[in-house]
Amino acid sequence: MPTQLGETDVVIVGMGAAGGVAAYPLAEAGLNVVGLEAGTWLDQRDFAPDEIRNNYRDWPMLVKKTELERPTSRATSATTATRVGSHPMMNAVGGTTLHYWAQSWRLNPWDFSVVTETARRYGASRIPAGSTVEDWPFGYDELEPYYDRVEREVGISGQAGNVRGDIDSRGNRFEGPRQREFPMPPLRWTAFHDRMAAAARTLGWSPFPGPAAVNSEAYDNRPGCGYHGFCNKGGCPVNAKNATHITTIPRAVDTGNLKVVTRAHVTTLEVGSDGRVSGVNYVVGGNEYFQPARVVLVASYTYENVRLLLLSKSRAYPDGLSNNHGQVGRHYFSHYTGGGVGALFPYDLKAWYGLPAQGVAVDDWADDNFDHSDHDFIGGGNLWVMSDRRPISAAGMNTYGRSRNWGSSWKRFIRENSDRSHGSYIQKTTLPYEDNYLDLDPQVTDPLGFPVIRITGRYMDNERAIGAFTQDRMEEWYREAGAVEVNRGGLGNAMGASTHAYGGTRMGDDAETNVVDRWGFSHEAPNLGALGASVMGTSGAHNPTLTSQALAWRTAEHLVDNWGDIAE
Amino acid sequence: MTLPPKDPRPAISRRDLLKTAGAAGAAALIPDAVGAVTEEAPATAPLLAGPMTNLTASETEILSAMVDRLIPTDELGPGALDAGVLQYIDRALSEAESDAAAAYRSGLAALDQYSRYSRGGPFIDLSTVDQDSALIDVQIGAATGAGTGFVGSSASFFNMVKSHTWQGMFGDPKYGGNVDFTGWDLINYPGVRLAVSPEDQRSLEADQLERARRSAYDFGLFE
Repeated sequence: MPTQLGETDVVIVGMGAAGGVAAYPLAEAGLNVVGLEAGTWLDQRDFAPDEIRNNYRDWPMLVKKTELERPTSRATSATTATRVGSHPMMNAVGGTTLHYWAQSWRLNPWDFSVVTETARRYGASRIPAGSTVEDWPFGYDELEPYYDRVEREVGISGQAGNVRGDIDSRGNRFEGPRQREFPMPPLRWTAFHDRMAAAARTLGWSPFPGPAAVNSEAYDNRPGCGYHGFCNKGGCPVNAKNATHITTIPRAVDTGNLKVVTRAHVTTLEVGSDGRVSGVNYVVGGNEYFQPARVVLVASYTYENVRLLLLSKSRAYPDGLSNNHGQVGRHYFSHYTGGGVGALFPYDLKAWYGLPAQGVAVDDWADDNFDHSDHDFIGGGNLWVMSDRRPISAAGMNTYGRSRNWGSSWKRFIRENSDRSHGSYIQKTTLPYEDNYLDLDPQVTDPLGFPVIRITGRYMDNERAIGAFTQDRMEEWYREAGAVEVNRGGLGNAMGASTHAYGGTRMGDDAETNVVDRWGFSHEAPNLGALGASVMGTSGAHNPTLTSQALAWRTAEHLVDNWGDIAE
Repeated sequence: MTLPPKDPRPAISRRDLLKTAGAAGAAALIPDAVGAVTEEAPATAPLLAGPMTNLTASETEILSAMVDRLIPTDELGPGALDAGVLQYIDRALSEAESDAAAAYRSGLAALDQYSRYSRGGPFIDLSTVDQDSALIDVQIGAATGAGTGFVGSSASFFNMVKSHTWQGMFGDPKYGGNVDFTGWDLINYPGVRLAVSPEDQRSLEADQLERARRSAYDFGLFE
């Protein structure tokens, strides 16, 4: 029998990007919150600038729950899913915000109303066949105050492009109106970034620095970024990357109302005879516990949120918690970031010191920022020219057919070219489809014997058309800046496990097609909420973290304001 | 803001394991590509540190010859053997990459068998030209199939050794490779720094930034 613990007001499963943000407004409001986290506290001592440790081995993670539960994947339901690669997320207090790239974008207003806006501008027939996309239950304007709050609480650097309708050409002129500037100026540019920005302007485009959860100057009693070059899958040794373990979580702990339990491996949620969630079962070091709670928020990333609900079967929910409408796991998609473009330049880029969140963005070809009348797709891609170079990966660069990739001829090549390559990052509008979903794998289990998640999904014609189109634009840009070689990655097919995994507990007003309501609470079990990108129904062309954090704050605030209705 | 106390660490850290696994014996000189003096042969014979703890002497000879072809010691300067790539691989096989030891043993035996089968002699006795052509077969998967000795695609063995060789050549010296910053010098990496000021970046862009020759662990800040 598990040890019965005393009841708490709220349990949050997962102290990462979303759960780590939601804990703060809840604790500040006086609610007693228990944060169950599979990983441990890590700090600066764990964050050596060491490429072998960060990028080739397993970093300092003391707990590898994600890896033991990594999903299987397949392109279509006609094939058998297999496990490929490793799990992209990590377990720790702060979750993957410890080692993420920290690009912190707001979504474009169009992303909230893809169906309505597409029908209005091009006709309803332009929604891709088989897509289950819906408008969000609210628009950008409703989320704006939460974006604004999180940008300050977490600490985001950037250049505003639209403050209350005033367009600033230094920033993103396509962004939705924001109520004020970023709390910090953008990360600096190098001479190469200046050169790429100039090339973009020559093409008639609008380059601007991207937003980052990285201090560009001292903020919140922590220093500005050191640009040391090991930010990609690395923690920050000077605490300039604003992961939740050094921002909102410690502030929540300081209220005295948040208790973080580390190494807590949550197995299932319990449901009472009234259909309400009664608490959470978890294991620490082989000991089982039951934590009763008035409200449970799952914030354990898309795969694990879906998995926990599907594993939590009860009389009230025989097919999994909150799944009586068969929507848990539906409307899943991995953000389409494949189909990259690389380039070789005839000059050194001086890119050894920098970070993936530092660079030049172009949004002229993102979302609905251009006329799609003559295109065979909707949506688009964000073109991102960043800094990301480390010795081992630099030495492993594409040789563009100019040399074998080893031997004496390669030594000559790499001595000249190690700092002359660039790889762009192009995030593209990705839509949910009827044929793409998550469920429990019928064969593969974790060490406790519970099935892992199975991803069934592939990129469809709309995504692949965006991919080809944005590759053309990226090649134009590179050529304009003087690239002598350009290489295009394959457009891809199957959706593997991703750091940008959306849906599965989608948010919407219609309980027939969505798991949670516009506030993030279950349509079926009223004291169950979901946090993270699993509630998002569209991706846009930008990283999901800031949006999932703004949504998490909004859900937490709604819970505080409606505690009586939700918890009683 | 007060941070909660850190979780207790495991009693034995990975670094402790590394300490015990490191420090191989005295260096020994062996001829490069025995009996195969060609126009591609290096002018000086590279150093091979003492016996590898995870591979036999003959396996070590084959691996040594292979990594010496991947990043040769040549007129452009030191190569993989000079940088301690064998020591890197040996330490890796003792801990983080221990699962790969079996793949090394079977792959090195297969490389040797493929050399005898396709080039008429043991790998270490082939000319460097033949060693390279055999390795190209292995790299592209053409050494796969009956009689070759490779179980599965030969490319996976090649890619594994290449990946570890690059890690040993270009990774942090802490792990036994990149001796004297050999790899970082080859690619003109200006070195590990924790803070790069705007002035530092401008110096780098003007080719005037002094190279920082240190391991990440020389800062004394990291576990």
